[in-house]
Amino acid sequence: MSEKQMPLLEMRHISKDFCGNQVLSDVSFTLDKGEILGLVGENGAGKSTLMKILFGMDEIRITGGYGGEVILDGNVVSFASSMDALDQGIGMVHQEFSLLPDFTATENILLNREPKSPNFFAELFGERMDTLDRDKMEHISKKAIARLGVNLDPDMLVSQMPVGHKQFTEIARELSKEDSESAGQIRLLVLDEPTAVLSEKEADSLLVAMKKLASEGISIIFISHRLQEIIDVCDQIMVMRDGKIIKQVENKDINISEIAQWMVGREVSLVAAQKRQFDYENKEVILSVKNLWVNMPGEVVHDATLDVYKGEILGIGGMAGQGKLGIPNGIMGLYSAGGSITFEGKSLPLNNPRGFLDNGMAFVSEDRRGVGLLLDESLEWNISFTAMQVENKYLRKVLGFINWRDQEAIEKETKKYIDKLEIKCTSSKQKAKELSGGNQQKVCLAKAFAIAPKLLFVSEPTRGIDIGAKSLVLAALREYNQRQGTTIVMISSELEELRSVCDRIAIVTDGKVHGILPATSASTEFGLLMVGQSKQVAGGAV
Amino acid sequence: MTRIRDLIRHFGLPRIIIGLFLLLLFLVAPFVGVKVSTSLSDTLNRFGMNCVLVLAMVPMIHSGCGLNFGLPLGIISGLLGATISMECQFTGMTSFLMAIVFATPFALLLGWGYGQLLNKVKGGEMMIATYVGFSSVAFMCMMWLLLPFKNPTMVWGYSGSGLRTTISTEGYYLHILNDFLSIKLNEHLTIPTGMLLFFALLAFIMWAFLHTKTGTAMTAVGSNPVFARASGISVDRIRTLSVIMSTWLGAVGILVYQQSFGFIQLYMGPFYMALPAVSAILIGGASVNKASITNVVIGTFLFQGILTMTPSVMNSVIHTDMSEVIRIVVSNGMILYALTRKTEATR
Repeated sequence: MSEKQMPLLEMRHISKDFCGNQVLSDVSFTLDKGEILGLVGENGAGKSTLMKILFGMDEIRITGGYGGEVILDGNVVSFASSMDALDQGIGMVHQEFSLLPDFTATENILLNREPKSPNFFAELFGERMDTLDRDKMEHISKKAIARLGVNLDPDMLVSQMPVGHKQFTEIARELSKEDSESAGQIRLLVLDEPTAVLSEKEADSLLVAMKKLASEGISIIFISHRLQEIIDVCDQIMVMRDGKIIKQVENKDINISEIAQWMVGREVSLVAAQKRQFDYENKEVILSVKNLWVNMPGEVVHDATLDVYKGEILGIGGMAGQGKLGIPNGIMGLYSAGGSITFEGKSLPLNNPRGFLDNGMAFVSEDRRGVGLLLDESLEWNISFTAMQVENKYLRKVLGFINWRDQEAIEKETKKYIDKLEIKCTSSKQKAKELSGGNQQKVCLAKAFAIAPKLLFVSEPTRGIDIGAKSLVLAALREYNQRQGTTIVMISSELEELRSVCDRIAIVTDGKVHGILPATSASTEFGLLMVGQSKQVAGGAV
Repeated sequence: MTRIRDLIRHFGLPRIIIGLFLLLLFLVAPFVGVKVSTSLSDTLNRFGMNCVLVLAMVPMIHSGCGLNFGLPLGIISGLLGATISMECQFTGMTSFLMAIVFATPFALLLGWGYGQLLNKVKGGEMMIATYVGFSSVAFMCMMWLLLPFKNPTMVWGYSGSGLRTTISTEGYYLHILNDFLSIKLNEHLTIPTGMLLFFALLAFIMWAFLHTKTGTAMTAVGSNPVFARASGISVDRIRTLSVIMSTWLGAVGILVYQQSFGFIQLYMGPFYMALPAVSAILIGGASVNKASITNVVIGTFLFQGILTMTPSVMNSVIHTDMSEVIRIVVSNGMILYALTRKTEATR
């Protein structure tokens, strides 16, 4: 950092834990006036938490505050609420829009901070009856828009705007705050993935606007998953991973693959790495997905094409929201989907969970509590139900035609899985909701194993469970694959986890399968795929 | 001590309190001049009359359709069966069985339509069901007048057309179940064995059904519909099935009620039949998506017991005839209590 100038913002030794779960430890960095800092990291690296601390969000205080100090212009500050942060000239633009759709740009920009002129009624009833000063409002919003250097009609309704303009409206709102009485001069702007929803062209004009703001002396913290943008626009690049700053460098001669490596290059020794060399030469394709689209909110798949080979473990990875979860949910038919799916040479009907199961596939959902479990029922029911309904297991005939539930068989099977997967429970009659997350996950796996599928989809099997349970779940999957020869497709946000279990890993970006690589590939290459750098590898030729 | 506490929790404190109160009423009864044997006989009778109607709640609760406030729809099917059977001049046991036979197609048809409707309003079933019940009663008020019934014991005497508001079942199937194998212990106490056996049969079938593959699926649909769908269950089909079952049980339930009560009540008769049944099963410890046969038996017994005993005991205590007023206060009070308890479940 330059000696002659005091940095605008300094965060020193920031640490934060949520109920003992350390999400930030010893994070320190500085930001100069008029500088753009690019903040990158995988999901869950701690970027958002860091920004929440900076912005004084309630969430932080409620969960027990943070360690370390935030220094703004040489003074230690501690914001009691985000209003205080606003007063100090910090603005934040979130990923999701917070705009009123039926109001114009101007009205949104100045909402609740409108310049007012008094009138007769206001004399009688107080200032709530003040008239809005429309001319002045327009003047302020035009000024803010002009600072962005974009062409945005202040009278346009938000609902009629293209996404890019909504994003500009949000930024203009933060900028306009310096014109109202309460807030100080805007000095620092935090943009949390502002380009995620924008088209390339819109994103470009946003980047231009950011540079313009920076040249006027406003510091910007820019969070993005699109590394090219980071390289294009930022002065400093900061990479976070597991709540720590891995790297803070000046943006000089840095290429995308370096950043990608910093982002994902962690070594996790959950399970010893997958060592086997899967022989693709002599294997047949068990499942072939062509041009699949899935309308799953938040995980939309646009056009996924994928071949799964018999007996392999295929990983599907990618950033959150890019569509990796949509693939299994769509194939199973839980969300409306289109395209063509061929399983064992037969075309499979879409949007039909029963057809999916009847053909010998199973799905362990990422939504354990919502889809995966009967929370109010016993473990016996949870484990046996699907197999009972789909394959008529655990039933015996009474009077020749009544399918009677065979309690003995259910109990036996449940006990078997409780022992095998080390499910911690008081008895097989315990209700599923009383188990811990890891044990619930094991119940979900047992449910799928009970069907004895030919192809098993496992979605986020280790999400929200502790490290011990994690390795047990992964080991169980791998063992199941080896013993029974079951093909497994595992979807996970954690690349290292995929690399430790899978034979091949497909990376889904923007609703498409962006590339498939052998699990032994360097993490840099996966990082590149995740951020949209195309490198297609033919399915079989691994 | 912990065992006692477990036992209390298992049975549910509200049921223990209501049970003790009922016991208290029976203990007080002889001292205020109310005959225990008559009271007991009454309670047993009312229990038998109502428990099939309460049983009709079970399938819909299991499939997550909530409490069957649309019970009047099933009752109307039963009424149609009853009147058609009488129109055909069947008598005795045949008359009762034929009433069930005639009621069945109506119950299936109405239940199916009702089920389709409830599948379209997932989440708001109970409110919709209430108004399905109300509006069907209103519609039938017109139909009872217009349907071409001819049997002179049923139609209005002066015009020769249109059904009467109350029709006596005497000569057709009055007490046909009550008297079957009935045990007369003394002058005042008769056990309506046949009626209780009939209920036991239906309850057994219900219990057995819930142990079959489809029954298991029904419970799972009620417990977590998304889970059921992900297990390849057609949630809508199971729900429709449950509604049809509930409606049919409602139809049979009202026939059992009539044979003991002695009258067929048409027009506004079915209007308020749902609430006591709903309350009984809630007091029995069922929740909106969990119910068992035990809930039915305990609930009906407690609800009908209190309803029988309170007015007669209170009357004798204060020496004025207020039985009707007290009955209304007690029954609505219990309904109110039960509805506030509707999320608590003991199993």
